[in-house]
Amino acid sequence: MATVLPVYPTTRRNVELVLVVAAVLISCGAWAVVGLTEDGSLPGGLFAHGGGLGALAVVLHLLLRWRAPHADPVLLPVATLLNGMGLVMLHRLDLSEGTSAASRQFIWSALGIAAAGAVVVVLRDHRVLRRYTFTAMVTGLVLLALPLLPVLGKEINGARIWVGIGPLSFQPGEIAKIVLAVFFAGYLVVHRDALSLTGPKVLFLRLPRARDLGPILLAWAVSVGVLVLQRDLGTSLLFFGLFVAVLYVATERVSWIVIGLGLFVAGAVFAATTMSHVRSRVDIWLHPFDADNADSAYQLLQGLYGMASGGLLGTGLDRGRPDIVPFANSDFIYASFGEELGLAGLFALLLLYAVLVERGMRTAIGVRDGFGKLLAAGLAFSVALQVFVVVGGVTRVIPLTGLTTPFLAAGGSSLVSNWIVVALLLRVSDLARRPAAEVRNGPEPGDTGVTQAVRIP
Amino acid sequence: MNRPLRRLSAVVAFLFFALFASTTWIQFLRAGELNAMPGNSRQLYAEFGRERGPILVGAGQAVAASVEVEDPDDPYRFLRQYPAGPVYAPVTGYYSVRYGTAGIERAVNDVLSGTADELFYRRLADLLTGEDPVGASVTLTLDPEVQQAAWDALDGRKGAVVAVEPSTGDVLAMVSSPTYDPDVLATHDAAAAEQAWQALIADEDDPLVNRAVDALYPPGSTFKLITAAAALESGDYTTDTSVAGPRELDLPQTDNTLSNDEGTACGPNDQVSLLDALRISCNTAFGQLGLDLGAGTLDAQARAFGFEQPLSTPLPVAESQFPEDAAGPLLAYAGIGQGDVRVTPLQVAMVSAAIANGGVVMEPNLVANVREAKTLDVIAEPAPQEVGRAVSADTADALQEMMRAVVESGTGTRAQVDGAVVGGKTGTAQRGEGQVPYAWFTSWARDEEGDDREVAVAVVIEDGGSVDSAYGGRLSAPVAKQVMQAALDG
Repeated sequence: MATVLPVYPTTRRNVELVLVVAAVLISCGAWAVVGLTEDGSLPGGLFAHGGGLGALAVVLHLLLRWRAPHADPVLLPVATLLNGMGLVMLHRLDLSEGTSAASRQFIWSALGIAAAGAVVVVLRDHRVLRRYTFTAMVTGLVLLALPLLPVLGKEINGARIWVGIGPLSFQPGEIAKIVLAVFFAGYLVVHRDALSLTGPKVLFLRLPRARDLGPILLAWAVSVGVLVLQRDLGTSLLFFGLFVAVLYVATERVSWIVIGLGLFVAGAVFAATTMSHVRSRVDIWLHPFDADNADSAYQLLQGLYGMASGGLLGTGLDRGRPDIVPFANSDFIYASFGEELGLAGLFALLLLYAVLVERGMRTAIGVRDGFGKLLAAGLAFSVALQVFVVVGGVTRVIPLTGLTTPFLAAGGSSLVSNWIVVALLLRVSDLARRPAAEVRNGPEPGDTGVTQAVRIP
Repeated sequence: MNRPLRRLSAVVAFLFFALFASTTWIQFLRAGELNAMPGNSRQLYAEFGRERGPILVGAGQAVAASVEVEDPDDPYRFLRQYPAGPVYAPVTGYYSVRYGTAGIERAVNDVLSGTADELFYRRLADLLTGEDPVGASVTLTLDPEVQQAAWDALDGRKGAVVAVEPSTGDVLAMVSSPTYDPDVLATHDAAAAEQAWQALIADEDDPLVNRAVDALYPPGSTFKLITAAAALESGDYTTDTSVAGPRELDLPQTDNTLSNDEGTACGPNDQVSLLDALRISCNTAFGQLGLDLGAGTLDAQARAFGFEQPLSTPLPVAESQFPEDAAGPLLAYAGIGQGDVRVTPLQVAMVSAAIANGGVVMEPNLVANVREAKTLDVIAEPAPQEVGRAVSADTADALQEMMRAVVESGTGTRAQVDGAVVGGKTGTAQRGEGQVPYAWFTSWARDEEGDDREVAVAVVIEDGGSVDSAYGGRLSAPVAKQVMQAALDG
């Protein structure tokens, strides 16, 4: 006999508010520590930046109360804290290097949060995105190709992944990541049956039919194209990894992972043997302490030395020398945190990322529609993979590539796109966590308290 | 699709696990190894980012101090400066980014840098309060007036001057020349430092060597003090005992002879009292004494004065040497401080100091105290340490009488100081044929009013002029006189 019980849905929005306030306070505290260490006084930007970030996060929180009341309550605070700590480290490095990256990053943070708010308000249901599957594909490929255009494209530090209009630079690849996740989800949710159920079985693997290999070969070709034409190892790895992961989730077939890994290894070996800059990256990765690599491995080594000097607890903010490492506020911001906040601080940051990704995966598991599952899983996995590629590069798990550390590293494109990723995850999670009755009937604004959901034990 | 999602979550967990592991590997497990890498400049930055304690003399006069750099492009936060430059350079040494440390900067580096064990609780407090750690300040025993007098008296000639307080072993002056300006090595301008360094190491006069403690010289006739001490200690001799002092001493086993500087006998009938033999520095008498006493006795006496012992002031001191297996002509030469005897100027000063101190040798010491930088609390204050008794009080008295005679009416009259009792001994140490001999003088002085003020001095001048004129009494005694005067006035 089934007992029918009324369930009063808890939105957890108050928890979110408390956590957001905590995230802002932690960031402000760290910002204050930088100022007190530097010259014994509270820094001028504390109120403007700390208060500004807090106000923006609270506005986004209010928008969630309005438009996505059931969204995951942890995503926003985690993103706010990562963004805030990134601002603190940029400010601290500004003091050493005489730059003004923190102010620029703050403007980008505002734009990013505004973009996230726009996504939450405008996109009432993520399933709408499914209609734009092929628009997304075309947009993604165009975005990827943009840096190759003669006038627009800019090559910075050997990688041609930038688009410049006047003084503004943008990495279209960062936005392409989101659009392609939409495309992968939309395409695979339609073709998953064909890709998963047919094909010959060899040993324990059910291989796909030859004609179904098309999409994965295309994805592989595109990522190799990125690698060869733009010399960007990180983005290439990110796209291909994202595609294989979503493909696996859609089809549940291990054979796709085997094929994907095989293609990746083939591509990597080919690149490592024929392309000089890839070969040199691998060489630096394997032998950073060789005297022959003294110049090329300088950055990696300085990063390692900086982290080692931080030890367990770090030197304390503004007490180390992270500015010795080239690109301390972008590619090597992880090492900068390691030096000044120590192993403890890095564990905290890694855990924040892990929580972010875990909430994304949980959203994917919780949401009922296939497109939502693939989209959430793709976005969450892209964050995880990006963290792995950049942090793994800095810590010598894999060769160093040029990806940005999500939310922390200086760079507007990355910050805005990551806020959009969070907004999309929030949107999907709102549907995932919404009680079933509401899902059926649609939300009734101002009437949530009396809506009754039923649960059958 | 939930099953592959859970598997994908496991893959994500694995990716993060790899990052946790690699981060731990770098920041914890291999941190020590990475910190010690030769190419890792962070240790230097950390070292030069800490305020190093100053080196002080007298009433708080800094001879080495760290000042914060204003230039934002300078990677090192503190610059080491040496306001008194070359006058104190042999003692202070230098503190260079590229060339490391020397002198006191090296000898008590852990205290100056604040890493010494004594400073552990201060560091802990600094960690908790967030204060920048600062090294402790080290006050030297050097007396600025005596040091300056020694520097002025040596007047740029190649050599060394050491003055010690006999009762404590405190070093009052330590000058070595030629020397260098530590500021040129401490500069953060790498090119300028390298140029200065190359010039210094190429210089044949070894300006980087502290001649007072690192250079070993033949002591010449100053060694006769030790030979006389051994004779008196044997009980067979007094100051009045007549010894043979012929014009020439036939050396055993060879056709060579040992002669006196004047080419005459030291007294009528080739006989001379022990006191007069020292007073006029009779070579034949002390050559014979060396032969009579034997190498073992001389070596034991030399050891009792501090030879062949590791001394640390805390500057490491080269060990003075006596050829304990010398025999025949070499033994006779050893008796007058020639042959294979080698001494540091500090060791020679210690001999005079021990004689002035009633026969007790004190450990030479350069550090007066170590103070905590902020509170000025004294952390360490080395107490005077005895090395041991070199001679009996009676022998010391007899040696003092003999040394007074040297200054009153012997070879060292130029060292007389008004209002003070002075005892001394000259030395002229022969080098090779045609080379200018080393001019030695060592002495002690005591205020006549008997207000306990005492000083012992050793002076060596390497290139004091022509072959003939380099008598210790003529060149070095006046230097010793000025140093003693400054010490007694102070």
